[in-house]
Amino acid sequence: MDQAVFLFEILLPALMQGLVVTLQLIACSAPFGLAFGIAVAVGRQYGHPVISWLCKTFVFLIKGTPLLLLLFILYFGLPSIGITLTAFAASVLGFILCNSAYNAEYIRGALISIKDGQMVAARSLGMTRWQAIKSVILPQALRRAIPGLSNEFIYLIKYSSLAYMLTVIELAGAGKQVATKYFLYTESFAAVGVVYLVLVSITTVAVSILEKRVAVPGTVRATPSAQL
Amino acid sequence: MNDNDIVLKVEEIYKSFGDTEVLRGVSFDVRRGETKVFIGPSGTGKSTLLRCINQLTIPDRGRVWLDGEEVTNSGARINYFRQKIGMVFQNFFLFDHLTALKNVELALLKVKGMGKAEAREKALTELRQVGMEDWADHYPAELSGGQAQRVSIARALAMDPDVILFDEPTSALDPELTREVLEVMKKLARNGMTMLVVTHEMGFACSVANEVLFMENGVVAEQGPPDLLLNDPRFTRMKDFIGRIDSRMDD
Ligand SMILES: Nc1ncnc2c1ncn2[C@@H]1O[C@H](COP(=O)(O)OP(=O)(O)O)[C@@H](O)[C@H]1O
Ligand SMILES: [Mg+2]
Repeated sequence: MDQAVFLFEILLPALMQGLVVTLQLIACSAPFGLAFGIAVAVGRQYGHPVISWLCKTFVFLIKGTPLLLLLFILYFGLPSIGITLTAFAASVLGFILCNSAYNAEYIRGALISIKDGQMVAARSLGMTRWQAIKSVILPQALRRAIPGLSNEFIYLIKYSSLAYMLTVIELAGAGKQVATKYFLYTESFAAVGVVYLVLVSITTVAVSILEKRVAVPGTVRATPSAQL
Repeated sequence: MNDNDIVLKVEEIYKSFGDTEVLRGVSFDVRRGETKVFIGPSGTGKSTLLRCINQLTIPDRGRVWLDGEEVTNSGARINYFRQKIGMVFQNFFLFDHLTALKNVELALLKVKGMGKAEAREKALTELRQVGMEDWADHYPAELSGGQAQRVSIARALAMDPDVILFDEPTSALDPELTREVLEVMKKLARNGMTMLVVTHEMGFACSVANEVLFMENGVVAEQGPPDLLLNDPRFTRMKDFIGRIDSRMDD
């Protein structure tokens, strides 16, 4: 078979279909992973001791469980207690749990780094604790968490390929199918790798644009330390 | 003196941290429009006292009254009293991610529930009061210490407080910037703001304070009008203390 025919008529169309599924997985997981991550970090740092303990335990359990095992539990294990999820839903749920636990750690680190004075000043003006967290602490902490959060987002792009283990034909799975059908492993997997690389590159550029846009004028963080 | 003039009443405040008794029964009344200056060695409990007044630190014993209402043990209503008791800190504590204008606006929007246009108007008015209107769109990191402190004073003023607590407002500033902040505070005092000021600026105390309270070891050791404390031979402890800080500065 002609190389060009294989590439443009077989491999790329299959990969594009897989890519759409990968993007769907990411789009369904990342926003909730971020929102839940913020909630867990704030709960752990500022919540009632019981809430704080629950958040800490959640992060500990997720950190301690291989993601693949978590996905197997959600997809193959939950039906035994009467909860049946589609492969796609189980994957998204697993990714949200995993993504949020790690995001929570990055955000918690950023929360700790915000000086006490910010909270003290907010409370001295009559703000409730929650108002202070929402309007003063989180906006600053999230800016500081961007490098960590973007790292975690890049992991998500890559570990979304584990959905293939639950029969979701996403990007890596699409590549695998073509590879086994035509016995062209190197070509297929190299092409898959290139697509992931493109996704990661786009993310990296987008994050650096975001970082510049939300940078607070006058802070050292906004300028490269090489200038110091 | 008419009792109705008393805006803030501090009664027998005690506070310990672990085994250290930091405040051991501090009481005083503050009349409307009055400026009281607190001086004393560091670690004597001056900051703790101010924080007990607006309950940023909860005292072990004692009560605080604002306009006849109890501030201590006031539950969620403390957020109402904190609007009425402004506070200015040594290190300004401006909100780092917000412009000068937004720093002043924030609590107007979130706490007072003002509309956007009204809050902006009010914030600009307060910034004008402290001579920072032209800097409204600058971020804290772009301001000098003196400018930042003036913005933080505007932030406190915006809540229309009955009294403002100043905790060493110029201690982080060099003399030039200290002067610009003290000018703003003098203006406030002249305009009838009630102020409690922890400071070592004796010039300010002498020209503005109605009363100076010298604190030592968690109690008010001497108190009276500044010229009395400085000139009357019966008072010695504050003079000794001032002599010590002056000679340290001469070193
Ligand atoms: N949150 C706290 N926990 C423990 N000790 C504290 C705390 N705040 C203040 N202290 C102690 O209380 C004493 C008085 O502090 P402070 O009120 O800041 O004094 P001043 O303002 O007069 O210098 C100091 O010994 C200080 O270490
Ligand atoms: Mg102090």
